[in-house]
Amino acid sequence: MTQMNQMTFHDAVEAALHEEMARDSRVLMFGEGTATKRKGLLKAFGPQRVRNTPLAEGIIAGTAAGAAATGLRPVVDLLFAPFLCFAMDELVNSAGKLRYMSGGQFSFPMVALAMTGGGWGVGAQHNHNLEAWFVHAPGLKVVMPATPADAKGLIKAAIRDENPVLFFMDIGLAFAPGEVPEADEVVPLGKAAIRREGSDVTLISYAKTVHTCLAAAEALAAEGVSAEVVDLRTLKPLDEATILASVRKTGRAVLVHEASRLCGVGAEVAALIAEQAFEALKAPIVRLTGPDAPAPSSYPLEQAFAPQADAIAAAARQLVVRTLEAAPIW
Amino acid sequence: MTPSTPVPVPAPTHLDLLAAMLRIRAYEEKIVAFHAAGPFPNVCTSVGQEAAAVGVVSALRPEDQILTNHRSAGHLLARGADPGRMLAEVMGRSTGYCQGRSGTLHISVKELGVVLTSTIVGGELSLTPGVALSRAMLGGEGIVVCFFGDGAACEGIFHESLNLASVWNLPVLYVCENNQWQAFVHRKETMVGDHVAPWAAPYGIDSLTVDGNDVEAVRKAALHAAAQVRETRRPFLLEAWTYRQRGHMEPHDQSYVDPGEIEAWMAKDPIARLEARLLETGELTTDGLETLHAQARLAIEDAAAFAAASPYPDPADLATGVYA
Repeated sequence: MTQMNQMTFHDAVEAALHEEMARDSRVLMFGEGTATKRKGLLKAFGPQRVRNTPLAEGIIAGTAAGAAATGLRPVVDLLFAPFLCFAMDELVNSAGKLRYMSGGQFSFPMVALAMTGGGWGVGAQHNHNLEAWFVHAPGLKVVMPATPADAKGLIKAAIRDENPVLFFMDIGLAFAPGEVPEADEVVPLGKAAIRREGSDVTLISYAKTVHTCLAAAEALAAEGVSAEVVDLRTLKPLDEATILASVRKTGRAVLVHEASRLCGVGAEVAALIAEQAFEALKAPIVRLTGPDAPAPSSYPLEQAFAPQADAIAAAARQLVVRTLEAAPIW
Repeated sequence: MTPSTPVPVPAPTHLDLLAAMLRIRAYEEKIVAFHAAGPFPNVCTSVGQEAAAVGVVSALRPEDQILTNHRSAGHLLARGADPGRMLAEVMGRSTGYCQGRSGTLHISVKELGVVLTSTIVGGELSLTPGVALSRAMLGGEGIVVCFFGDGAACEGIFHESLNLASVWNLPVLYVCENNQWQAFVHRKETMVGDHVAPWAAPYGIDSLTVDGNDVEAVRKAALHAAAQVRETRRPFLLEAWTYRQRGHMEPHDQSYVDPGEIEAWMAKDPIARLEARLLETGELTTDGLETLHAQARLAIEDAAAFAAASPYPDPADLATGVYA
């Protein structure tokens, strides 16, 4: 039986970093305030491997790419997702492309951490769910966990992966506690999790809105609607098999994320379902997402930005009712 | 990565330096000829900048690493890259250094320590501190050389790179080839002052400016600069004052350049200068010079024949190698 500890998402990430740095001397971490804030890592591994950097995301990400190409395995903390705009060239043009462009001569085993999402009222220049941008960029992998256990297991997998991984941490989950295995458990990249089994409709999400979907599923269950909840966990590579298997079972899909709708991850998942499981669909695919707007700071607006459980339940209920109404009467 | 032991490198003779420059010129002229005969991929040449490339690279050791920019043919050839595999890469063949996936503008050669050719102006500057950090943390005596231009020096990442390399004490030799032109714009329009070297001092980095069209002067300056980096394990900036003799890209077009400027710089052509000097000192005869030219051209003709005879990559492999 695996020993479980209660810890927050934030602490689970820290525990994983500690374990991976102990496991592999090539792993190092640097970023804005990294050595200041991660005193435990600094104490354990020293100032060579745990470093503060200037507030300059371009050179942080570029330095990580250069170090990764030549034998180190850097983890960099870029703090908030909108700051990644300053590191786009290094992440997208260098880390993502140069393995292919060099004909496989160089690899880029590195992890870039960034927080995003509502919860702290930090506003749109600190909160912008832009994870889909990186899904679109070749050579990068993208992870966005929903639980502390996954945060720990996925960051371990990301550090051990030979490719650059963008690891997004949902601000709204940072201090949410959960059960985390004490053992060295790696959660593989590219594997979704079924958070709740169901037969009438599939709710597909990632990060904080997985929990919103679970709340919606609970409400639906009270009405006799059985909802399955799929947590994507990794946005790239996408676990197409789990998505398709679930939708083929339920025949209905509701896609939910805090990021805005246009060209979001939900659009890709919807296209996947339409292309490969069309025959199984009993109703149209529905997306519930954040609006095409900068994330507001004001608490009620920020909360309203992400899809709500009652809206998800209503959408799922409508899909089920609609199918029943459309069904032949004999 | 295992720590490497420094290997003594014999000093090149004047004729070696000349032959290295002639090889670069012949390579670039072949590219120009291929392009003119078209269709051929888009190319940027380093004609006129051969002394900067040969002078600096001749001062390096095998364990050193190089990051460079879109005018990298000179750096690659001076480092010993096979012109056949380079041309094959330019022509998109599977025998190219990057299996035909990089083209002329992004050739890297791991076995020679050439980590990157970046066409993102400044890309080489962004990765340089990380490569040097690997050197610092994984051991070895090698230093990291970053070739960039005056155009890249006007990017924010130049300043970020120098600042971090200085704060972290990284063994980087920054080499600015100030070729007077930033794509289609003269640096006088877009840059404060004439030189990049003075921008090093505020970052606590020593610098030196050298006549970039005098290969012996460049080599001497680069030996000094590299020795500083090896000894102090800190960055140094060397500025080579040189000139891009052709337009930003092929086909050649300098209609936007003052003809007087071109004339003045052509009179300082790095190859003609060394040739005149060696003929004057008697180190070289006109026959000997002819032979060197012929050898350079022949080597490039052989390279071109190899490249042209090489197969294209299989389209079925188009998307392979993106992920490890």
